[in-house]
Amino acid sequence: MEFARREAPYIRPKIDVGSMMLQVLAALIPAALAHVWYFGPGFLFNLIIATAFCVGAETLMMRARGRDPMVALSDYSAIVTAALLAFALPSLTPWWVTATGALFAIVVAKHLYGGIGFNVFNPAMVGYVVILVAYPMEMNLWVAPRMGDIDYISLSVLQTIKYTLTGALPDALTFDAISRATPLDAMQSGLRNMRTYAEVRTNPMMGDFGGRGWEWIGNFFAFGGAWLLVKKIIRWQIPTGVLLGLLIPAGLFYIISPGANASPGFHLFSGATILCAFFIATDPVSAATSPKGRFIYGCGIGFLIFAIRKWGSFADGVAFAVLMMNMATPAIDYVTRPHIVGHSRRGDKP
Amino acid sequence: MSAPTYDLGKLHGGLRLQAHKAESTAEPILQIPIPDQLILPITQHAGDPAQPIVGIGEHVLKGQLIAEVGGSLGAPVHASSSGTVVAIEPWPVSRRHGENAPCIVIECDGEDRPINAADAMPDWSTLLPGILLKKILKGGIVGLGGAVFPTAQKLMEAITCDPDYLILNGVECEPYISCDDMLMREYAHEVLGGARILLHALELDTCYIAVESDKPAALERLGEVLAALDDDRLVLKQVPTIYPSGGEDQLVQLVAGREVPSGGLPTDVGCLVQNVGTAAAIYHWVVRNEPLISRITTVTGDGVSRPVNVEARLGTTIADIIKYVGGYTEHAQQLIIGGPMTGKSVTSDRVPVVKATNCILVMSEAPTIGDEMPCIRCGDCAAVCPVQLLPQQLFWYACADDEAKMRSHGLIDCIECGCCDLVCPSHIPLTADFRTAKARIRELADEKARAERARRRFEARNMRIEKEQQERDDELASQKASARNAGADAIAEIMKRKQQQDEDQ
Repeated sequence: MEFARREAPYIRPKIDVGSMMLQVLAALIPAALAHVWYFGPGFLFNLIIATAFCVGAETLMMRARGRDPMVALSDYSAIVTAALLAFALPSLTPWWVTATGALFAIVVAKHLYGGIGFNVFNPAMVGYVVILVAYPMEMNLWVAPRMGDIDYISLSVLQTIKYTLTGALPDALTFDAISRATPLDAMQSGLRNMRTYAEVRTNPMMGDFGGRGWEWIGNFFAFGGAWLLVKKIIRWQIPTGVLLGLLIPAGLFYIISPGANASPGFHLFSGATILCAFFIATDPVSAATSPKGRFIYGCGIGFLIFAIRKWGSFADGVAFAVLMMNMATPAIDYVTRPHIVGHSRRGDKP
Repeated sequence: MSAPTYDLGKLHGGLRLQAHKAESTAEPILQIPIPDQLILPITQHAGDPAQPIVGIGEHVLKGQLIAEVGGSLGAPVHASSSGTVVAIEPWPVSRRHGENAPCIVIECDGEDRPINAADAMPDWSTLLPGILLKKILKGGIVGLGGAVFPTAQKLMEAITCDPDYLILNGVECEPYISCDDMLMREYAHEVLGGARILLHALELDTCYIAVESDKPAALERLGEVLAALDDDRLVLKQVPTIYPSGGEDQLVQLVAGREVPSGGLPTDVGCLVQNVGTAAAIYHWVVRNEPLISRITTVTGDGVSRPVNVEARLGTTIADIIKYVGGYTEHAQQLIIGGPMTGKSVTSDRVPVVKATNCILVMSEAPTIGDEMPCIRCGDCAAVCPVQLLPQQLFWYACADDEAKMRSHGLIDCIECGCCDLVCPSHIPLTADFRTAKARIRELADEKARAERARRRFEARNMRIEKEQQERDDELASQKASARNAGADAIAEIMKRKQQQDEDQ
């Protein structure tokens, strides 16, 4: 009897990049729902626009590179990029802002570097930083969260769509009337204006630890992240590194001077800390690869987030911290090569 | 006798795989009858091919030497049953390179007449170790775990290193394979007897018998025999069920807590590893004078109707065995000699069972899982690598054909266990790529050596030419000088001679 010739190993468990990315997307659903609840339906429109442009750009770039677009689309990584970008945007964002970010993420940060696996920088963060710098005003339109005792002004679905498509607010409303400084903004400017941490925290925007609403979205990110850890889609080194890298310096400064510094709890539950720890920094392509390297990479991001929040000119530093550590990845990989079994512990050579 | 203990030695990575061993361990070992024909390759071991010493038409007896050691490293081959040598010709075999290999074909007479045993072997415990080793050399015994390294030579090499431990490998970590499990259940006495012979031959006093924790029946049986033997040199060790804990270097790490140096052998760190099957074969040869002419092999997979362990004469074809155990099922799409992680796929079931054949795995084709995608650097491959390599980096360097980087990242230390392959979400055939890259490294090293030889030849040639030129110049100079010294008469004489030469022409 004749048989087919194959190469060992002959058994293969069913795992693929596509199903990993789908699980990442699934893990983002609770936080997405919370986001819509607290900040209105704008997130959904941003998500749709970002997804459309990311998927469209991926298709066109694969065509331009002479490859089958389905190969790239079937790994769902473009949608993950779109989702992360949408989470970074204010709920009210004009479509061209979102589109610019999406196009930059996919065309420049991903495909001009050679597509998935070859991108040096986290595509979503590149896209985000480009629009943050290019459209500072639009990127500042954060509405107040839906919490009982603050002046939450809700825009209807139609009003939200209109703003997203045209950038025009309803006649009765002005930009200033609906926008609120984010808790991180309020904290940074408050502390710099010599107000104490306790004073800044009397602002009705502030919740139990971080900003109202924000801290609940953070909880849901942590919940999704924990699920990814259980499913072994991500490993503990990067999230732990990010959180320790942020909380240890934050804690030290808070202990030394509790008036002039935000508490570690505030850092943890404000802005994109938890999103970054579980979903952004854990992008394997642009992260370090060895377990030790990943921990160092995470610590670096955490510390840079703290440094930018404390001394930088941006209220939140997640995107810049991630991009800076992306640059450090090759060096981290180089110095954290694991000891090969059977090699002498000092050098490379046996 | 001590109770089996869990060992706490460290092994990096590895995988917990579905064992698929219950299927083939449900019934006792089945004896395969004498086939019509035996196909005995002259190379069933690592090293040089054995040299046939029988002619076509010659009648041979069971256990008769038919091919003797042909070089510095090798093992003899014995006839597995009585019959007539009908051919010595190329035949399909299972091996990594090439399809066919020279085999001695014996037409069996069905009588299975054994060769008259030489003088009964005296009690081995009274023999000097050196004599015992010589005896083992003649038994055609090789490592039955799969590497088929000639045992006698391995033992001789080990003695020069003065090892601390003998480790019997009964781990059998690869899925589907259960021949060592069944061997330990049914031949525990022979296995442990072999261990004692080895201890005597090596003049050692510690032997660890390492068995994976998922073989309770084998552990129990070994425990019983150990208790009866009451030999405190033999220690049963239970190792965790993690693939590839049964790799020789990995087992040394697990049991002795020592790392085998890159490019080295376990004996470099004072350990000698022998498969349990090898120990049993040594016992059979030394105590019962039966050379290695049969082995236990697992017939399993969804492609066979009756998964079972069989004891078959070496040279019995896979087709004969499968026929005897009830044939194929409709799932028989690929035939693998060895396990599903490291076995060799063969295209024909005409291949014979040889000393290395621990498993005959007949399976349906693995379902297609999608095309190879770019590496996303997830690092899962590095997490499972038992040697702690960085397969994702190695893959990169292999693609770039960067020899220096492949070497410094330890490509040659890759044991080709296949763990990285299995966990890769991008479906990159890393193990196959590394096999190719290793061949490439060897090729590059050869190329370098060739270039070096060519360079040396070229330089030698230049020097030779230079030297010849120098010699000619010196000769000419000396001629001129002697002519000058001889004076005008001599010059006139030379001129005249030259003129005469010209006229003659």
